Amino acid sequence: MNFILKMAWRDSRASRRRLVLVSLSVVLGIAALVGIGSLADNLQRTVEQQTKALLGSDLSVSARAPFPEAAEKYFATLGGEQAREIGLTSMVGFPTRENRRKLVQVRALEGNFPFYGELVTVPSGAMAQVLAGHSALLEETLLVQFGLQVGDEVSLGQATFTVAGALKKMPGESAAVATLSPRVYISRASLEETGLLKSRIFTTYRVYFKLPPTRDPDALVVTMKEKFQKQRWKYATVEERKRDLGQALKDTYSFISLVGFVALFLGAVGVASAMHVYIRQKLTTVAVLRCLGASARTSFAVYLIQGAGVGLIGAVCGAALGISVQLILPMVLKDFLPFTVEFYVSWAAVGKGAMAGLVICLLFTLLPLLTVRRVSPLLAIRSAQGESQGRDPWRLGLFFVIASAVLGFAIWQTGHWQTGLGFALMMAFGFGTLTGMAALVSWAAKRFVPKKSLAYVWRQGLANLHRPNNRTVLLLLSLGLGTFLMLTLVLTRDSLVEKLSGLGGGSRPNVMFFDIQDDQVARLKTIITGTGATVVGEAPIVTMKLASLKGRTADEIMKDDKSGVPGWTLRREYRSTYRATLTETEKITEGTFIGHVAPGTEVVPLSVETSLAKDLQLKLNDVLVFDVQGVPVKAYVASLREVDWQRMQANFYLVFPEGVLEPAPKTFVAAAHAATPADSSRLQQAVWKEFPSISAIDLSLVLQTVMGILEKVSFVISFMAAFTVLTGIIVLAGAVLTGRFQRIRETVLLRTLGATRKQLRQIQLVEYAVLGVLAAVTGGGLAVAANALLARFVFKMPFTLSPGVLATSIAASVAITILTGLAANRGIVDHPPLEVLRQET
Amino acid sequence: MSDRPMLKVDRLTKTYRSAGGALTVLKEVSFQISAGATVAIVGPSGSGKTTLLGLCAGLDRPTSGSVAVAGEAIGEMDEDARALVRNAHVGFVFQNFQLIPTLTALENVLVPVELAGDSSREGEARELLARVGLGERYGHYPVQLSGGEQQRVALARAFMNRPKILFCDEPTGNLDGDTAAAMVDLIFGLNRERGTTLVLVTHDLELAKQCQRIIRLRGGAVLSDEQTQVV
Ligand SMILES: Nc1ncnc2c1ncn2[C@@H]1O[C@H](COP(=O)(O)OP(=O)(O)OP(=O)(O)O)[C@@H](O)[C@H]1O
Ligand SMILES: [Mg+2]
Repeated sequence: MNFILKMAWRDSRASRRRLVLVSLSVVLGIAALVGIGSLADNLQRTVEQQTKALLGSDLSVSARAPFPEAAEKYFATLGGEQAREIGLTSMVGFPTRENRRKLVQVRALEGNFPFYGELVTVPSGAMAQVLAGHSALLEETLLVQFGLQVGDEVSLGQATFTVAGALKKMPGESAAVATLSPRVYISRASLEETGLLKSRIFTTYRVYFKLPPTRDPDALVVTMKEKFQKQRWKYATVEERKRDLGQALKDTYSFISLVGFVALFLGAVGVASAMHVYIRQKLTTVAVLRCLGASARTSFAVYLIQGAGVGLIGAVCGAALGISVQLILPMVLKDFLPFTVEFYVSWAAVGKGAMAGLVICLLFTLLPLLTVRRVSPLLAIRSAQGESQGRDPWRLGLFFVIASAVLGFAIWQTGHWQTGLGFALMMAFGFGTLTGMAALVSWAAKRFVPKKSLAYVWRQGLANLHRPNNRTVLLLLSLGLGTFLMLTLVLTRDSLVEKLSGLGGGSRPNVMFFDIQDDQVARLKTIITGTGATVVGEAPIVTMKLASLKGRTADEIMKDDKSGVPGWTLRREYRSTYRATLTETEKITEGTFIGHVAPGTEVVPLSVETSLAKDLQLKLNDVLVFDVQGVPVKAYVASLREVDWQRMQANFYLVFPEGVLEPAPKTFVAAAHAATPADSSRLQQAVWKEFPSISAIDLSLVLQTVMGILEKVSFVISFMAAFTVLTGIIVLAGAVLTGRFQRIRETVLLRTLGATRKQLRQIQLVEYAVLGVLAAVTGGGLAVAANALLARFVFKMPFTLSPGVLATSIAASVAITILTGLAANRGIVDHPPLEVLRQET
Repeated sequence: MSDRPMLKVDRLTKTYRSAGGALTVLKEVSFQISAGATVAIVGPSGSGKTTLLGLCAGLDRPTSGSVAVAGEAIGEMDEDARALVRNAHVGFVFQNFQLIPTLTALENVLVPVELAGDSSREGEARELLARVGLGERYGHYPVQLSGGEQQRVALARAFMNRPKILFCDEPTGNLDGDTAAAMVDLIFGLNRERGTTLVLVTHDLELAKQCQRIIRLRGGAVLSDEQTQVV
């Protein structure tokens, strides 16, 4: 043992710097795992600590209608403290800012909410002022966007409010929630003055409870569900919130950690390959040791210790770096976290990440190390002997262990064996393609490069691609993978942006109006055409609930565990329309669309959207009964309809024929197209002046917001992908450097034989340029394929490719390869030949 | 000198199989060498000298026939068992020195004893290096030594574990006359002092004549095996 350690240490003497460099390959991968793991623990702990703050109360109950008398009486018996909130969406106007407006979530509050957690406002007493009436608390971003100050006036419906302050943080809600529609708090009493309540059908009534400690919120939910069965309320408790949040965190965590794992895997391949070269140089030493009487096990152990040392250095540096990654991650993720995270290092997570990294790295290092066991002492007397022949069963076993380790890790991280398997297969495919490509390149370089007609530097450079110990596979892997990841991100983001920008183009609607009353429709249209815009469409909306389905009541089906019908399809409030014709975004797949029936028809022909029909298990002619605000309406499935939901238009699950729903309480939506942003603004202004209660959505603004979110998400993903790309560059540099040690002798010989520096540089240039181009093209190809798949199956849009982006990124990776190659080989041509030639004996 | 042979080679055959077909490099070679003897193996290039030496030292496995070193039949042993025998009884000086490039001269010399778990013999190693004329150079790495110096370090290493039998493959092949003569003096000197059995492969007939016995190989078979007048 003593000898093994001593020998391992002494033998590494000449190559320590190189070995440390090799270990760098896995540092980033381990750092990513450690950082993410520790942050995940940290988040979990924060969730535990801030449990109650996640909800702001012990229990909340939401309903789509005011709570009935019986419920109110029951709530009163529960004790503790209560707060009420009515939520609706509306336009807020800024009279002091040229009357500009914005769609917001209005929350009319009464009571001392939040009961737990910290409500952060500027100034700090703003909420108290709001509750006193006539004041509004606005999302901070609103104040910033419109340049408002405390004391300015804003209008909601028919009332005006004084800005009391800026809302910075509400317990349990993340900043991202508010990005799409900012929050505005007013008092419940003031809501009456706005007149908004009358014209709104999408209103949420919510009660927050702070329960006496003796009451268990979750038990209470069970009781209430029983007691108010008919009411389709939504309940939220701290426990449930914690579970949901935990799950969301876990999903995010496993996604990000898989990205980190790709970096680790690539790094491990880099380590294995560098060790392979290293061990090859050590074969004679091993043979001499064997001649002097070292057993196979002893000589193997000497190099195993060196390999383990490399892994250990990588793991320790990785863990250290990981802790700093953990410091940065919350900043990267801050918009997506519903709370601020206090920093603490989870040593368990650090240990786990470092351990996983070490194990993977060691497994890969074992691959080249296995040869050491089989080195014959004969090699010392006859260097041509080469490695021992024949298949090594251990090698096969090791491949199996590595595959299992990767699969095991993926399943462990994702928690689902299918996802894990999918991930492992994808990795196998990506790595397989690139490795296959490398083999093909080597083969082609050997087979097809003409021996005579080509200039010497070209021949030599191309020959380097296939000669023994070539770096082709590793360079293609690291470069190709890096190009692939980065390009996939860029392309995906580009096509999403393009798709989103396309939404408002052409004569498509770019302003939507809703909450329009019956008697406002005609006038609204006049206003729209009056400002030069066109009305693209309008639709009445009637809200209804499903009362029974194929003879069974919705409640019955809900209680039946085996029904297979998702609960939301039974509980939800359907916003349906009626009209005589199909729109251009709809297509009938089965049956016939019936657009009109005579008043008084008993069973109404209905058109159902295909995915809903699938959830409800509906076939043509099945009978349903709807509860249209108290009135039962019987219908049968006359047609199934496919809807292109991607189009920003008023689309519906259920379309009724004309002649049935006209008498029901309803509101309208209308879509308009304004030619320019100025037109759009003028149009909204005009509508606002006449009908302050009508809400408008400017699609271009929505687009901006969505793009903003997209930008943030893609930043987070790019941040993680950067780990893989950087690892790729390190592996690349490592590969080139180990290549350098191999090539030195050859270069020196060439120099002795009279090659000029220029020729030597050109040889290198040819080699790296060919590799760079091939890697970039293969990586690019993979990225394009991945993108096409993503477009088709995830984003469901036609695949478009911007050649500019593709060309730029391919050019960039070629440039990186050549630069790294030339930089790492710098000085090789300046070596005094004698020194090198002696060294190699 | 005892009667028990230090090295016993019996009908040793080695056949290499390659793509071009089988090549029999050694055919039924038999001889015995008693302890303390000095033997030279000579023959034209390609006649199988190195192969024979390798088999005798247990570096390879014969196709058929047997080899016994110090009474141990190494032909049947597995590689690790042979390694133990080598470590305990055998010294080997390679045609191309084969020092471990990452170790200093002193460390190279120490490898055989440290391998056996003995790390207390640094003094002895220094003495050996001094005897081969490298007393001042023990901290140097192989690349910092000349070919002849490396050869001497290799010799010191071969003697470090006090082998019962020392195999030298063309120990003077790469050396000039004076250096070669010094090497030869060293080898025979150590043989005289410690009674180490010597088996040398050489092209140098002068050197061969200094041995007690010369075995001539040709085409993988023993052509002649005769005593010289050296006693
Ligand atoms: N692994 C091998 N496969 C095939 N043939 C081999 C192998 N090793 C050695 N040989 C052949 O065996 C023969 C004997 O080789 P060996 O090295 O023993 O000769 P030698 O007598 O030492 O020659 P030299 O004096 O040139 O060193 C040679 O013809 C050689 O080509
Ligand atoms: Mg030979």
